[in-house]
Amino acid sequence: MSLPPVVRHQYDAVIVGAGGAGLMAALEASKGCRVAVASKLYPTRSHTGTAQGGIGAALGNLESDRWEWHMFDTVKGGDYLCDQDAVEIMCQEAIEVVYDLEHMGLPFNRTPEGKIDQRRFGGHTIEFGKAPVRRSCYAADRTGHMILQTLYQQCIKRGVEFFDEFRLIDLLIQDGRCGGLIALCLATGELHLFHAKAVLLATGGFGRMYKVTSNAHTLTGDGCAIAFRRGVPLEDMEFFQFHPTGIHKLGILITEGARGEGGILRNGKGERFMERYAPTLLDLAPRDMVSRAIYREIREGRGIQGRDYVHLDLTHLDPAVVERKLPDITDFVRTYLGINPVKEAIPCQPTAHYAMGGIPTNVNAQVVIDADNSPLPGLYAAGECACVSVHGANRLGTNSLVDIVVFGRRGGRHIAQQISKLDLPPLSADAQGRAQEETSRLMSNLGGESAARIRAELQQVMMDHASVYREERGLKEALAAIAALRSRYRRVDVSDKSMRFNTELEEALELGYLLDLSWVTVVAALERRESRGAHSREDFPTRDDAHWLKHSLAFASNGTIRFDSKPVSITRFQPQERKY
Amino acid sequence: MQLDIQIKRFNPEQDREPQWREYTVTLEPTDRVLDALHAVKWHHDGSLAFRRSCAHGICGSDGMMINGRNRLACKVLIKDLRQPIMVEPMRGFPVVKDLIVDMAGFFDKYRSVRPYLISDEAPPRTERLQSPAERERYEDTTKCILCGACTTSCPSFWANSAYVGPAAIVQAHRFIFDSRDQGRAERSAILNQASGVWRCRTIFNCTDACPRGINVTKAIGEVKKLLVKAATRPPHPPPTRD
Repeated sequence: MSLPPVVRHQYDAVIVGAGGAGLMAALEASKGCRVAVASKLYPTRSHTGTAQGGIGAALGNLESDRWEWHMFDTVKGGDYLCDQDAVEIMCQEAIEVVYDLEHMGLPFNRTPEGKIDQRRFGGHTIEFGKAPVRRSCYAADRTGHMILQTLYQQCIKRGVEFFDEFRLIDLLIQDGRCGGLIALCLATGELHLFHAKAVLLATGGFGRMYKVTSNAHTLTGDGCAIAFRRGVPLEDMEFFQFHPTGIHKLGILITEGARGEGGILRNGKGERFMERYAPTLLDLAPRDMVSRAIYREIREGRGIQGRDYVHLDLTHLDPAVVERKLPDITDFVRTYLGINPVKEAIPCQPTAHYAMGGIPTNVNAQVVIDADNSPLPGLYAAGECACVSVHGANRLGTNSLVDIVVFGRRGGRHIAQQISKLDLPPLSADAQGRAQEETSRLMSNLGGESAARIRAELQQVMMDHASVYREERGLKEALAAIAALRSRYRRVDVSDKSMRFNTELEEALELGYLLDLSWVTVVAALERRESRGAHSREDFPTRDDAHWLKHSLAFASNGTIRFDSKPVSITRFQPQERKY
Repeated sequence: MQLDIQIKRFNPEQDREPQWREYTVTLEPTDRVLDALHAVKWHHDGSLAFRRSCAHGICGSDGMMINGRNRLACKVLIKDLRQPIMVEPMRGFPVVKDLIVDMAGFFDKYRSVRPYLISDEAPPRTERLQSPAERERYEDTTKCILCGACTTSCPSFWANSAYVGPAAIVQAHRFIFDSRDQGRAERSAILNQASGVWRCRTIFNCTDACPRGINVTKAIGEVKKLLVKAATRPPHPPPTRD
């Protein structure tokens, strides 16, 4: 087929992705420069909208709280791999950014005196671990929906320009500088070139590399994979969080807020098994620990009827509280399981949920590309696709929403401040060449391989060998399987030859991203010979600070992956044994 | 189980008219219609085009007409439907390809009601106070996910596409009844126009269609009452039969 025409645009800055991080960045950047937002989905379809339980901030509306305690909990929850300078900024700014969201109109639940209501969440404590604290500011169990709607509303108010259903295909990085991107307009099939002084990636996570996941079908790591292919390293990719309570088989999330309101996990014998794993925080221990506990119960034959799930029990709670504070999850359970959670326990299993790793950035969301944290001028990243790193080896609940609004805002501000000092870098004459080549190769392939089949096999392999527990033999098996799948991918066929809304082409592109990111994840998991946070090696079951208290950096290097590392920023809290 | 599903297909680059095509797929009874569409796309015909993302009823991407009713494909289980399952695009928006409709007009109408908090007052250093009762007043309409199921099930909208439609009114309601908002007068003026709330004939299709369980007709009724109360008589009498 002939090459599609290329449409050219010029902006000061282009934001890719319209979830919480992208919209917050767009709002801030638009105060100082000309901004466009390109997103493969309509903004309100973004995955931020599915976040349920709340956004953590030490407002202290119900009991005494301090940002230093929030910081400690985040660092300990992250198994001391968090960069503490970044966590300090996040926990301080969380407070003002939550007030900002309220001022924008976000409909938080309220206390009797009219303040923002707060509830308990996993790993959040008072006085450095003494007891659970009410820190999660929430709007029923649809906090993410409210954040996404509110930020989109504000963007409309400000007149931010949107390119809806425009998919990132390539980043234009040349001479150590990012000068724009190529996007595919889904409605027409045309390629668009956006020439810009700055690009901010806010493309979200990649949970779709696993079979059981809470993540949307569209969470395929596009920004991370494309940056990696263009020479940007990926940081801490071995750390992928499994949320303890996904609906059995479906993976749909049941918020930790359900346990925050008093829900209890029970095994096949009806025991509250978290008593044995985390005697102080019990069911509100951090997610990595609860997920491992569930796997262990199942493995030792104490799943429900000996099967591969446990129960989340809300039946002892006041039905009015369940209906009022957890309406959406009540609806999910009724819709998909035909169960009334007020009367029956919910079958749950850990579900792939959140990538702690991603594109390395500094606290201004600038992408940094080596062990010395040298920025790549013109390129920014924020939200789940980025690794600041505020989540370390395991993210605490509520902190993803904190991360997107705090660092989305900082990235947008930095762009607005810097833009007058930046020039528009020249682009090569065939800047669109690689994007054209990739899309036309997929469209003209006759290899007979099915993207759907390769994806299903990949998701199974990742689930079997690179999920909650890992060990060398399984990871090596996964590595060999992924190599075979990557070579089959070169023969993937797109049967739809049409230009408009070619969703088959989209899925083929997305599979390519998932294959690359799975490969990096497995190799990084093999490299790290210790257990820390969400990375649990059965053959190296303890944390090894002497050798591994450092971030990993994975670089694409002539068809292989090269590793480097960089130190962790430790300011206030020295690593300790992690008990709850 | 074996499942027969008929899908109204349209490829603008080949077809003059949409046409129904039938597929047989194997699924569990507890699977969703979205799973059936994926089974067709992944194992029978890769060119089938539809939007989807979260797959559990929150993102609002996969609104479509299923057995004659507007639903989200990810929120309907196969066991609850009569076979063959008939799937077609939402009615009243231009069809772009297969089940994908052009939503640009829908979002234009959404933007027309000024869907954002309007307030001239400088906010306090911390949060504005709002009592639980004031918060409850607009709770129902905060749930809207802009899927379009209500607007494309509305006979008044089918008859006259200038009508802002239920979804835009729901969004306006969410702000009009928020104690922090001061944009009531400007939104009322917009909704009082000929294309505004008075086109609603209280048919309740929107309420039936809403996958979020919003009482859409009630919300529209509350806006109408407010307009009546604000004026001694409505500046625009209800329109005559279209």
